[in-house]
Amino acid sequence: MTVKTATPAAASAAMTRPPSAPRKKKSWTGLWFVLPFVAFYALFLIWPTFLGLYYSFTDKSLTGRPASWVGLDNWVEAFGDERAWNALVNTAEFTLYSTPPLVVLAIVFALLVNRARKLGWFLRMAFFAPFVVPVSVVTMIWMWIYQPEGGLLNHYLQLLGLQDASAPTVWYQGENGMAMWSVVITTVWWTVGFNFLLYLAALQTIDPSVYEASSIDGASWWRQLWHITLPLLNRTTAMVIVLQLIASLRIFDQMYIMTGGGPNRESEVAIHYIYIAGFEGYRIGYASALSYVLFILILIISIFQFRLFSRKES
Amino acid sequence: MTAAQATSVAATPTEPRTIRRRFRRPSVGAVIVYVAATLLAVFWLLPLLWALSTSFKTETEASLGQDIHWWPETWSVEGYKVLFERGDHFTWMLNSTIVSVIVTVLTLVLCVTAAYGFSRFDFPAKNVLFGAIIAGLMVPGQALIIPLFDLVNALHMGGTYWGLALPQVVAPVMVFILKRFFDAIPKDYEEAAKLDGAGHFRVLWNVILPMSGPIIAAVAIFTFIGSWNNYLWPLLVASDPSMMTLPVGLQVVAGGYGLFYAQNMAAAVLGAAPLLIVFLIFQKRIVEGVAGVGLK
Repeated sequence: MTVKTATPAAASAAMTRPPSAPRKKKSWTGLWFVLPFVAFYALFLIWPTFLGLYYSFTDKSLTGRPASWVGLDNWVEAFGDERAWNALVNTAEFTLYSTPPLVVLAIVFALLVNRARKLGWFLRMAFFAPFVVPVSVVTMIWMWIYQPEGGLLNHYLQLLGLQDASAPTVWYQGENGMAMWSVVITTVWWTVGFNFLLYLAALQTIDPSVYEASSIDGASWWRQLWHITLPLLNRTTAMVIVLQLIASLRIFDQMYIMTGGGPNRESEVAIHYIYIAGFEGYRIGYASALSYVLFILILIISIFQFRLFSRKES
Repeated sequence: MTAAQATSVAATPTEPRTIRRRFRRPSVGAVIVYVAATLLAVFWLLPLLWALSTSFKTETEASLGQDIHWWPETWSVEGYKVLFERGDHFTWMLNSTIVSVIVTVLTLVLCVTAAYGFSRFDFPAKNVLFGAIIAGLMVPGQALIIPLFDLVNALHMGGTYWGLALPQVVAPVMVFILKRFFDAIPKDYEEAAKLDGAGHFRVLWNVILPMSGPIIAAVAIFTFIGSWNNYLWPLLVASDPSMMTLPVGLQVVAGGYGLFYAQNMAAAVLGAAPLLIVFLIFQKRIVEGVAGVGLK
């Protein structure tokens, strides 16, 4: 009996399969594979995204008192808040200063390592190693390097006669952008290794034969770099710049630890101000509106990232 | 006889030529490249070497206002001894390890299964779900800290390992990268396995995973580095020093012990060492993985 009921089903399956053989059958099996991730994703990414948007229209507080709807009040306040604009400008400044060296140095390092193959192991280690060091260790080391007395930087600057020994500087607390630049230098040292690896990986996929014709023509190394290597790296460069812009706009850790936003809020960045508004000022609603302003900015850049990714896909 | 052959081979007239080739004058360009690369690399390592050298100095020699020696005048492990006696450094290290392992294992399990599901099956709402995950690529984690903080407290996970780890697990970019890699694996292998009666999980485990070594290694290593070095999230969630991770504990608590430079640099060296060692071991894998991620 079981055989009888099974046969028509098998027969019909056999009949329908041949014409549509290449097409995959819709089934629930695949859903079980993606469901665990989707559940996590919904809980820890989608839900907070909408929750944050909702909070931005309320006066929710960290103190836990009941929140009430305040409409666009937080948003209006955010756009009129000088301290928020200052934080945004500082973030933009940091992004503007840090992105070019983080891209250019990455290319230089990758080109050198790609040529100096025999030292490959040592060079890769040297340029990438700082990237795996925790931020507090990085700031610990660099804040000491920037110290006025016995700090490496001032010591050598004085030896070279570039700085007055009687008026030593605490670099990361200096005014007129010194604090900001100190963090930029530290950040470049710390994170350039990642971009370097992306470039190195891309360089190593370039087929050496593309250089052959131009070598025969006697093209100089410099010409090959400008006319062959760099154009071949265009996609990598686009990717690195976009990833770097997003990372730089999210600057917080090292700036917060080293400068604390000082002096006179010269180096107070966007996420730092969100942190201050939310966790020191207890104003979750307002901090959520601020987060969304930053979110939208990063979103615009991410759209470029997404387009880069999907072009690769197609 | 083979030995005689070997010596005769070694003594063949080709020997002078190989020697000559070995001592061939390298081109000026190559010399410049090697010298420049070495100088830059050493320069790049100076901050780490400086920390290492200071960690072995006495506190007097290390303190501010002293002359700068790159080589300690008197070697001392005082800085390390203080750290071991105090012990909190190792609590944070343990916490960091626990959190990073949870994050890495869960990320791998969830992202690999999801990527396999999206790559190999057709199911209801597939496109909607995948579209939602792609959209998630654009959401910056830091913009979510406030609602996430609220959520984790509502789930009573504040100050726990789960509260520290779970919000770091969601990584749409990893699903995307893995799916793209799985898509490129020919289906013939799994069809052969299925003919042998293997189920979907066996196919994933025995066919797909062994062919995805470098990409899985890259995802695991970058997830681990990201989690180990995460600062803002643990700063918010772990207020109790016994639950802090290494980056937070070093900065918040150890920063308060005062300016003992030898001791601070010993902490810095011990804080940097674990991942540096992991990186040195898996260096080749990491570079291969980055290449495999296809960001070219």
